[in-house]
Amino acid sequence: MDPKINRKEFLKLLGLGGAVFASGLSGFANADADAGAGDEAGDFFFVQLSDTHWGFTGPKVNPEAENTLREAVAAVNDLAVQPDFVVFTGDLTHTTDDEGERRRRLAKFKEIASGLKVRDVRFMPGEHDASLDAAKAYLEFFDRTHYTFDHKGVHFIAVDNVSDPHGALGDEQLRWLKADLDGLARSRPIVVLAHRPLFGLYPQWDWDTKDGEKAIELLLPYKNVTVFYGHIHQEHHFKTEHIPHHAAKSLMFPLPAPGSVPQKAPIPWDPGKPFAGMGWRDVKAEVYPKRLELEIEEKGVRG
Amino acid sequence: MSTSVKTKWVALALCAAAVAVAAASRGEAAGPPPAGDERVIVIEARRYEFSPDEIRIKKGEAVVFELHTADRKHGFLIPDFNVRADVPPGETVRVRWVPTRTGRFAFKCDLFCGSGHEDMNGTIVVE
Repeated sequence: MDPKINRKEFLKLLGLGGAVFASGLSGFANADADAGAGDEAGDFFFVQLSDTHWGFTGPKVNPEAENTLREAVAAVNDLAVQPDFVVFTGDLTHTTDDEGERRRRLAKFKEIASGLKVRDVRFMPGEHDASLDAAKAYLEFFDRTHYTFDHKGVHFIAVDNVSDPHGALGDEQLRWLKADLDGLARSRPIVVLAHRPLFGLYPQWDWDTKDGEKAIELLLPYKNVTVFYGHIHQEHHFKTEHIPHHAAKSLMFPLPAPGSVPQKAPIPWDPGKPFAGMGWRDVKAEVYPKRLELEIEEKGVRG
Repeated sequence: MSTSVKTKWVALALCAAAVAVAAASRGEAAGPPPAGDERVIVIEARRYEFSPDEIRIKKGEAVVFELHTADRKHGFLIPDFNVRADVPPGETVRVRWVPTRTGRFAFKCDLFCGSGHEDMNGTIVVE
Protein backbone atom coordinates (compact mmCIF):
# COMPACT_ATOMS: atom_id res chain seq x y z
CA MET A 1 0.00 0.00 0.00
CA ASP A 2 1.22 3.48 -0.76
CA PRO A 3 2.39 4.76 2.60
CA LYS A 4 1.39 8.29 1.59
CA ILE A 5 -2.28 7.36 1.52
CA ASN A 6 -3.95 8.25 4.78
CA ARG A 7 -6.68 6.13 6.36
CA LYS A 8 -9.53 8.22 5.01
CA GLU A 9 -8.23 7.90 1.46
CA PHE A 10 -7.45 4.23 2.01
CA LEU A 11 -10.99 3.36 3.06
CA LYS A 12 -12.46 5.47 0.28
CA LEU A 13 -10.35 3.72 -2.33
CA LEU A 14 -11.22 0.30 -1.01
CA GLY A 15 -14.88 1.07 -0.77
CA LEU A 16 -16.95 -0.21 2.11
CA GLY A 17 -20.03 -1.28 0.13
CA GLY A 18 -20.65 -5.01 -0.10
CA ALA A 19 -18.73 -5.97 2.98
CA VAL A 20 -20.50 -8.99 4.36
CA PHE A 21 -18.51 -9.77 7.39
CA ALA A 22 -16.42 -8.02 9.95
CA SER A 23 -14.36 -9.41 12.73
CA GLY A 24 -12.13 -7.55 15.05
CA LEU A 25 -8.99 -8.18 16.95
CA SER A 26 -8.97 -6.18 20.12
CA GLY A 27 -5.87 -5.16 21.98
CA PHE A 28 -3.85 -4.26 18.93
CA ALA A 29 -2.82 -0.98 20.53
CA ASN A 30 -0.56 -2.97 22.77
CA ALA A 31 0.98 -4.95 19.95
CA ASP A 32 3.95 -2.65 19.49
CA ALA A 33 5.11 -3.61 22.94
CA ASP A 34 4.78 -7.32 22.20
CA ALA A 35 7.66 -9.59 21.45
CA GLY A 36 8.14 -9.85 17.71
CA ALA A 37 5.85 -6.99 16.83
CA GLY A 38 8.59 -4.64 15.92
CA ASP A 39 7.47 -3.85 12.39
CA GLU A 40 5.47 -0.75 11.72
CA ALA A 41 1.74 -1.01 12.31
CA GLY A 42 -0.75 0.52 9.90
CA ASP A 43 -3.85 -0.07 7.79
CA PHE A 44 -3.40 -2.67 5.12
CA PHE A 45 -5.26 -5.29 3.19
CA PHE A 46 -4.51 -8.62 1.70
CA VAL A 47 -6.27 -10.88 -0.79
CA GLN A 48 -7.07 -14.55 -0.25
CA LEU A 49 -7.48 -16.77 -3.30
CA SER A 50 -8.14 -20.43 -2.79
CA ASP A 51 -8.77 -23.76 -4.43
CA THR A 52 -7.85 -22.74 -7.95
CA HIS A 53 -7.58 -26.44 -8.96
CA TRP A 54 -5.58 -25.68 -12.07
CA GLY A 55 -5.89 -28.66 -14.43
CA PHE A 56 -9.48 -29.50 -13.56
CA THR A 57 -11.66 -30.32 -16.53
CA GLY A 58 -15.42 -30.72 -16.52
CA PRO A 59 -17.51 -28.61 -18.89
CA LYS A 60 -20.69 -29.15 -16.88
CA VAL A 61 -19.00 -27.89 -13.76
CA ASN A 62 -16.83 -25.11 -15.15
CA PRO A 63 -16.65 -24.56 -18.90
CA GLU A 64 -14.34 -21.62 -18.16
CA ALA A 65 -11.80 -23.73 -16.28
CA GLU A 66 -8.97 -22.45 -18.45
CA ASN A 67 -9.88 -18.85 -17.75
CA THR A 68 -11.15 -18.65 -14.18
CA LEU A 69 -7.78 -18.19 -12.49
CA ARG A 70 -6.69 -15.75 -15.17
CA GLU A 71 -9.91 -13.74 -14.66
CA ALA A 72 -9.27 -13.58 -10.92
CA VAL A 73 -5.68 -12.47 -11.42
CA ALA A 74 -6.88 -9.74 -13.77
CA ALA A 75 -9.53 -8.65 -11.26
CA VAL A 76 -6.98 -8.38 -8.45
CA ASN A 77 -4.70 -6.42 -10.76
CA ASP A 78 -7.59 -4.05 -11.48
CA LEU A 79 -8.09 -3.13 -7.83
CA ALA A 80 -7.73 0.62 -7.31
CA VAL A 81 -5.35 -0.04 -4.45
CA GLN A 82 -3.14 -3.07 -4.69
CA PRO A 83 -3.11 -5.36 -1.65
CA ASP A 84 -0.04 -5.59 0.53
CA PHE A 85 0.11 -9.26 -0.33
CA VAL A 86 -1.86 -12.13 -1.82
CA VAL A 87 -2.14 -15.59 -0.31
CA PHE A 88 -3.28 -18.76 -2.08
CA THR A 89 -4.63 -21.15 0.55
CA GLY A 90 -4.07 -24.45 -1.19
CA ASP A 91 -5.33 -26.76 -3.91
CA LEU A 92 -3.44 -24.67 -6.41
CA THR A 93 -3.76 -27.58 -8.80
CA HIS A 94 -6.27 -30.37 -9.32
CA THR A 95 -4.84 -33.72 -8.37
CA THR A 96 -3.57 -36.17 -10.93
CA ASP A 97 -2.11 -39.65 -10.54
CA ASP A 98 0.48 -38.77 -13.21
CA GLU A 99 3.54 -37.32 -11.47
CA GLY A 100 4.72 -35.57 -14.63
CA GLU A 101 1.35 -33.98 -15.18
CA ARG A 102 1.31 -32.87 -11.52
CA ARG A 103 4.51 -30.93 -12.14
CA ARG A 104 3.18 -29.44 -15.37
CA ARG A 105 0.10 -28.22 -13.55
CA LEU A 106 2.14 -26.71 -10.73
CA ALA A 107 4.38 -24.97 -13.27
CA LYS A 108 1.44 -23.55 -15.21
CA PHE A 109 -0.30 -22.41 -12.07
CA LYS A 110 2.84 -20.63 -10.92
CA GLU A 111 3.21 -18.98 -14.31
CA ILE A 112 -0.35 -17.62 -14.22
CA ALA A 113 0.00 -16.47 -10.60
CA SER A 114 3.15 -14.61 -11.57
CA GLY A 115 0.88 -12.30 -13.57
CA LEU A 116 -0.23 -10.65 -10.35
CA LYS A 117 1.04 -7.11 -10.05
CA VAL A 118 1.62 -7.66 -6.35
CA ARG A 119 5.08 -9.03 -5.82
CA ASP A 120 4.45 -10.36 -2.32
CA VAL A 121 2.54 -13.57 -3.06
CA ARG A 122 2.34 -16.40 -0.54
CA PHE A 123 1.52 -19.98 -1.43
CA MET A 124 0.29 -22.97 0.52
CA PRO A 125 -0.42 -26.53 -0.59
CA GLY A 126 -3.75 -28.33 -0.54
CA GLU A 127 -4.24 -32.08 -0.54
CA HIS A 128 -4.57 -32.03 -4.32
CA ASP A 129 -1.06 -30.56 -4.55
CA ALA A 130 0.72 -32.46 -1.83
CA SER A 131 -1.01 -35.48 -0.33
CA LEU A 132 0.02 -38.09 -2.88
CA ASP A 133 3.75 -37.49 -2.60
CA ALA A 134 4.17 -35.77 0.79
CA ALA A 135 4.64 -32.44 -1.01
CA LYS A 136 7.65 -33.64 -3.02
CA ALA A 137 6.51 -32.06 -6.30
CA TYR A 138 5.11 -28.98 -4.55
CA LEU A 139 8.49 -28.29 -2.95
CA GLU A 140 10.12 -28.28 -6.37
CA PHE A 141 8.11 -25.15 -7.13
CA PHE A 142 7.56 -23.51 -3.75
CA ASP A 143 10.04 -23.34 -0.94
CA ARG A 144 7.98 -24.24 2.14
CA THR A 145 4.71 -25.87 3.12
CA HIS A 146 4.41 -24.05 6.47
CA TYR A 147 5.93 -20.82 7.66
CA THR A 148 5.36 -17.59 9.55
CA PHE A 149 5.72 -13.95 8.68
CA ASP A 150 4.94 -10.64 10.31
CA HIS A 151 3.14 -7.80 8.64
CA LYS A 152 2.49 -4.44 10.25
CA GLY A 153 2.14 -5.89 13.70
CA VAL A 154 0.12 -8.96 12.77
CA HIS A 155 1.75 -12.38 13.08
CA PHE A 156 0.75 -14.73 10.26
CA ILE A 157 1.14 -18.50 10.60
CA ALA A 158 0.66 -20.70 7.54
CA VAL A 159 0.18 -24.32 8.56
CA ASP A 160 0.31 -27.48 6.47
CA ASN A 161 -2.49 -29.94 7.16
CA VAL A 162 -2.32 -31.68 3.79
CA SER A 163 1.15 -33.15 3.18
CA ASP A 164 0.15 -35.97 5.49
CA PRO A 165 -2.61 -37.76 3.55
CA HIS A 166 -4.46 -38.34 6.80
CA GLY A 167 -5.12 -34.59 6.80
CA ALA A 168 -3.10 -33.98 9.94
CA LEU A 169 -0.53 -31.48 11.10
CA GLY A 170 1.58 -34.09 12.84
CA ASP A 171 3.51 -33.91 16.09
CA GLU A 172 6.56 -32.25 14.58
CA GLN A 173 4.56 -29.36 13.16
CA LEU A 174 2.59 -29.01 16.37
CA ARG A 175 5.89 -28.63 18.24
CA TRP A 176 6.95 -26.02 15.68
CA LEU A 177 3.66 -24.19 16.19
CA LYS A 178 4.04 -24.25 19.97
CA ALA A 179 7.60 -22.94 19.78
CA ASP A 180 6.46 -20.11 17.53
CA LEU A 181 3.54 -19.18 19.77
CA ASP A 182 5.69 -19.35 22.90
CA GLY A 183 7.58 -16.33 21.62
CA LEU A 184 4.46 -14.17 21.29
CA ALA A 185 2.61 -12.03 23.79
CA ARG A 186 -0.88 -13.33 24.52
CA SER A 187 -2.40 -10.13 23.10
CA ARG A 188 -0.50 -10.33 19.81
CA PRO A 189 -2.81 -10.29 16.77
CA ILE A 190 -2.40 -13.63 15.01
CA VAL A 191 -3.81 -14.76 11.67
CA VAL A 192 -3.58 -18.46 10.93
CA LEU A 193 -3.73 -19.59 7.30
CA ALA A 194 -4.68 -23.19 6.59
CA HIS A 195 -6.06 -25.29 3.77
CA ARG A 196 -8.36 -27.67 5.61
CA PRO A 197 -10.51 -26.46 8.51
CA LEU A 198 -8.73 -26.92 11.82
CA PHE A 199 -12.01 -27.84 13.49
CA GLY A 200 -14.30 -30.78 12.70
CA LEU A 201 -16.65 -29.06 10.28
CA TYR A 202 -17.82 -32.23 8.55
CA PRO A 203 -15.41 -35.18 8.82
CA GLN A 204 -17.71 -37.29 6.64
CA TRP A 205 -16.41 -35.19 3.72
CA ASP A 206 -12.83 -34.86 4.97
CA TRP A 207 -13.66 -31.36 6.17
CA ASP A 208 -11.52 -31.48 9.26
CA THR A 209 -7.94 -31.77 10.45
CA LYS A 210 -7.30 -34.98 12.31
CA ASP A 211 -5.25 -33.29 15.04
CA GLY A 212 -6.65 -29.80 14.52
CA GLU A 213 -7.98 -29.70 18.08
CA LYS A 214 -4.40 -29.77 19.32
CA ALA A 215 -3.57 -26.71 17.24
CA ILE A 216 -6.66 -24.90 18.48
CA GLU A 217 -5.69 -25.73 22.07
CA LEU A 218 -2.32 -24.10 21.45
CA LEU A 219 -4.01 -21.02 19.97
CA LEU A 220 -6.74 -20.58 22.57
CA PRO A 221 -4.59 -18.76 25.16
CA TYR A 222 -4.02 -16.01 22.60
CA LYS A 223 -6.72 -13.38 22.67
CA ASN A 224 -6.62 -12.20 19.08
CA VAL A 225 -6.54 -15.12 16.69
CA THR A 226 -8.37 -15.44 13.38
CA VAL A 227 -8.16 -18.38 10.96
CA PHE A 228 -8.59 -18.18 7.18
CA TYR A 229 -8.80 -21.40 5.23
CA GLY A 230 -10.08 -22.97 1.99
CA HIS A 231 -10.86 -26.59 1.05
CA ILE A 232 -14.66 -26.45 1.32
CA HIS A 233 -15.23 -24.21 -1.72
CA GLN A 234 -17.71 -21.87 -0.10
CA GLU A 235 -17.89 -18.99 2.30
CA HIS A 236 -18.34 -20.28 5.83
CA HIS A 237 -17.87 -18.78 9.28
CA PHE A 238 -17.50 -20.62 12.55
CA LYS A 239 -16.09 -20.00 15.98
CA THR A 240 -14.18 -22.28 18.33
CA GLU A 241 -14.56 -20.31 21.58
CA HIS A 242 -13.19 -16.85 20.73
CA ILE A 243 -11.38 -17.90 17.54
CA PRO A 244 -13.25 -17.22 14.27
CA HIS A 245 -12.60 -19.46 11.26
CA HIS A 246 -13.44 -18.10 7.79
CA ALA A 247 -13.60 -20.40 4.76
CA ALA A 248 -13.08 -18.97 1.28
CA LYS A 249 -14.78 -19.70 -2.02
CA SER A 250 -13.04 -21.66 -4.75
CA LEU A 251 -11.82 -20.38 -8.10
CA MET A 252 -12.87 -23.55 -9.93
CA PHE A 253 -16.19 -24.86 -8.61
CA PRO A 254 -18.45 -24.47 -5.57
CA LEU A 255 -19.35 -27.37 -3.29
CA PRO A 256 -22.62 -27.89 -1.43
CA ALA A 257 -23.15 -26.89 2.18
CA PRO A 258 -21.74 -29.44 4.64
CA GLY A 259 -23.95 -32.52 4.83
CA SER A 260 -26.66 -30.99 2.65
CA VAL A 261 -26.53 -33.78 0.07
CA PRO A 262 -25.72 -37.49 0.41
CA GLN A 263 -22.65 -37.33 -1.82
CA LYS A 264 -20.27 -34.41 -2.02
CA ALA A 265 -19.95 -33.26 -5.63
CA PRO A 266 -19.29 -29.98 -7.43
CA ILE A 267 -22.32 -27.78 -7.99
CA PRO A 268 -22.97 -27.69 -11.75
CA TRP A 269 -22.34 -24.54 -13.75
CA ASP A 270 -25.37 -22.31 -14.22
CA PRO A 271 -25.19 -20.76 -17.71
CA GLY A 272 -27.46 -17.98 -16.49
CA LYS A 273 -25.05 -17.15 -13.67
CA PRO A 274 -21.49 -17.74 -14.85
CA PHE A 275 -19.00 -18.24 -12.01
CA ALA A 276 -21.82 -18.37 -9.44
CA GLY A 277 -20.54 -19.52 -6.06
CA MET A 278 -16.94 -18.84 -6.99
CA GLY A 279 -14.73 -15.96 -6.05
CA TRP A 280 -12.06 -14.56 -3.81
CA ARG A 281 -11.92 -12.14 -0.94
CA ASP A 282 -10.06 -9.19 0.33
CA VAL A 283 -9.37 -8.68 3.99
CA LYS A 284 -8.96 -5.15 5.23
CA ALA A 285 -7.02 -4.63 8.40
CA GLU A 286 -8.12 -1.33 9.84
CA VAL A 287 -6.03 -0.11 12.71
CA TYR A 288 -7.70 2.01 15.35
CA PRO A 289 -6.17 3.40 18.52
CA LYS A 290 -7.50 0.55 20.69
CA ARG A 291 -8.12 -2.30 18.32
CA LEU A 292 -7.60 -3.85 14.93
CA GLU A 293 -10.59 -4.85 12.84
CA LEU A 294 -10.51 -7.35 10.04
CA GLU A 295 -13.20 -6.73 7.50
CA ILE A 296 -13.82 -9.38 4.88
CA GLU A 297 -15.27 -8.52 1.54
CA GLU A 298 -16.28 -11.36 -0.75
CA LYS A 299 -15.69 -10.79 -4.45
CA GLY A 300 -16.85 -12.59 -7.55
CA VAL A 301 -14.27 -14.10 -9.88
CA ARG A 302 -14.22 -10.87 -11.87
CA GLY A 303 -14.20 -8.70 -8.78
CA MET B 1 -13.38 -9.70 18.72
CA SER B 2 -15.50 -6.86 17.52
CA THR B 3 -19.12 -6.73 18.57
CA SER B 4 -20.09 -5.67 15.06
CA VAL B 5 -20.28 -9.19 13.72
CA LYS B 6 -22.97 -9.34 11.06
CA THR B 7 -22.98 -13.00 10.18
CA LYS B 8 -24.62 -15.63 12.29
CA TRP B 9 -22.32 -18.45 13.23
CA VAL B 10 -23.35 -21.85 12.04
CA ALA B 11 -23.03 -24.32 14.83
CA LEU B 12 -22.48 -27.97 14.17
CA ALA B 13 -23.19 -30.65 16.67
CA LEU B 14 -20.62 -33.40 16.79
CA CYS B 15 -21.67 -36.91 17.51
CA ALA B 16 -20.09 -37.52 20.88
CA ALA B 17 -21.60 -40.95 21.20
CA ALA B 18 -19.58 -42.24 18.28
CA VAL B 19 -16.30 -41.64 20.04
CA ALA B 20 -17.00 -44.31 22.60
CA VAL B 21 -17.40 -46.86 19.83
CA ALA B 22 -14.10 -45.89 18.26
CA ALA B 23 -11.95 -46.89 21.18
CA ALA B 24 -13.29 -50.40 21.08
CA SER B 25 -13.24 -50.67 17.32
CA ARG B 26 -9.87 -49.44 16.14
CA GLY B 27 -8.32 -51.74 13.64
CA GLU B 28 -4.98 -53.42 14.17
CA ALA B 29 -2.75 -54.83 11.51
CA ALA B 30 -2.57 -58.59 11.82
CA GLY B 31 -4.84 -58.32 14.89
CA PRO B 32 -6.25 -61.31 16.71
CA PRO B 33 -8.19 -63.70 14.54
CA PRO B 34 -11.96 -63.62 14.71
CA ALA B 35 -13.68 -65.40 17.56
CA GLY B 36 -16.27 -68.02 16.78
CA ASP B 37 -19.19 -65.70 17.34
CA GLU B 38 -17.86 -62.96 15.09
CA ARG B 39 -18.83 -62.74 11.43
CA VAL B 40 -15.92 -62.01 9.13
CA ILE B 41 -16.53 -59.54 6.32
CA VAL B 42 -13.65 -59.32 3.85
CA ILE B 43 -13.28 -55.94 2.14
CA GLU B 44 -10.83 -55.16 -0.61
CA ALA B 45 -9.75 -51.55 -1.15
CA ARG B 46 -8.33 -50.41 -4.46
CA ARG B 47 -8.22 -47.18 -6.42
CA TYR B 48 -11.04 -45.99 -6.17
CA GLU B 49 -13.51 -48.44 -4.75
CA PHE B 50 -14.27 -50.87 -1.99
CA SER B 51 -15.46 -54.37 -2.75
CA PRO B 52 -18.09 -55.00 -1.59
CA ASP B 53 -19.40 -51.47 -1.43
CA GLU B 54 -22.64 -52.39 0.33
CA ILE B 55 -22.63 -54.45 3.50
CA ARG B 56 -25.61 -55.65 5.53
CA ILE B 57 -25.29 -56.26 9.26
CA LYS B 58 -27.83 -56.84 12.00
CA LYS B 59 -27.93 -54.47 14.94
CA GLY B 60 -25.90 -55.95 17.79
CA GLU B 61 -24.13 -58.43 15.53
CA ALA B 62 -20.41 -58.71 16.19
CA VAL B 63 -18.44 -58.39 12.97
CA VAL B 64 -14.80 -58.26 12.00
CA PHE B 65 -13.93 -56.32 8.86
CA GLU B 66 -10.86 -57.92 7.30
CA LEU B 67 -9.41 -55.21 5.11
CA HIS B 68 -6.65 -55.40 2.54
CA THR B 69 -5.57 -53.24 -0.35
CA ALA B 70 -4.83 -54.25 -3.91
CA ASP B 71 -2.63 -51.26 -4.63
CA ARG B 72 -1.64 -48.33 -2.41
CA LYS B 73 -2.36 -47.41 1.18
CA HIS B 74 -5.99 -46.50 1.81
CA GLY B 75 -8.04 -45.53 4.81
CA PHE B 76 -11.24 -47.06 6.13
CA LEU B 77 -13.62 -44.80 8.03
CA ILE B 78 -17.18 -45.15 9.25
CA PRO B 79 -17.70 -41.47 10.09
CA ASP B 80 -20.92 -41.84 12.06
CA PHE B 81 -19.15 -44.09 14.55
CA ASN B 82 -15.61 -42.72 14.25
CA VAL B 83 -14.39 -46.21 13.42
CA ARG B 84 -11.25 -46.03 11.31
CA ALA B 85 -8.08 -47.81 10.28
CA ASP B 86 -5.19 -47.46 7.87
CA VAL B 87 -5.00 -50.22 5.27
CA PRO B 88 -1.37 -50.51 4.12
CA PRO B 89 -0.26 -52.79 1.30
CA GLY B 90 0.69 -56.33 2.27
CA GLU B 91 -1.31 -56.42 5.48
CA THR B 92 -4.68 -57.67 6.59
CA VAL B 93 -6.24 -55.17 8.96
CA ARG B 94 -8.96 -56.35 11.30
CA VAL B 95 -11.56 -53.92 12.56
CA ARG B 96 -14.05 -55.17 15.13
CA TRP B 97 -17.42 -53.55 15.33
CA VAL B 98 -20.82 -54.09 16.91
CA PRO B 99 -23.38 -51.71 15.43
CA THR B 100 -25.53 -50.19 18.12
CA ARG B 101 -28.25 -48.65 15.98
CA THR B 102 -30.03 -49.31 12.72
CA GLY B 103 -29.75 -47.24 9.59
CA ARG B 104 -27.68 -46.66 6.49
CA PHE B 105 -24.15 -45.53 7.24
CA ALA B 106 -21.45 -44.47 4.82
CA PHE B 107 -17.93 -45.80 4.92
CA LYS B 108 -15.13 -44.29 2.96
CA CYS B 109 -11.44 -43.95 2.29
CA ASP B 110 -10.19 -41.06 4.40
CA LEU B 111 -6.59 -41.13 3.17
CA PHE B 112 -6.28 -38.91 0.12
CA CYS B 113 -5.38 -41.50 -2.48
CA GLY B 114 -5.72 -39.86 -5.89
CA SER B 115 -8.02 -38.52 -8.53
CA GLY B 116 -10.93 -40.76 -7.61
CA HIS B 117 -10.59 -40.44 -3.86
CA GLU B 118 -13.82 -38.51 -3.43
CA ASP B 119 -15.79 -41.41 -4.90
CA MET B 120 -14.19 -44.17 -2.86
CA ASN B 121 -16.98 -45.00 -0.47
CA GLY B 122 -19.66 -47.54 0.35
CA THR B 123 -22.70 -48.13 2.54
CA ILE B 124 -23.31 -50.26 5.59
CA VAL B 125 -26.94 -51.15 6.16
CA VAL B 126 -27.67 -52.03 9.77
CA GLU B 127 -31.01 -53.80 10.07
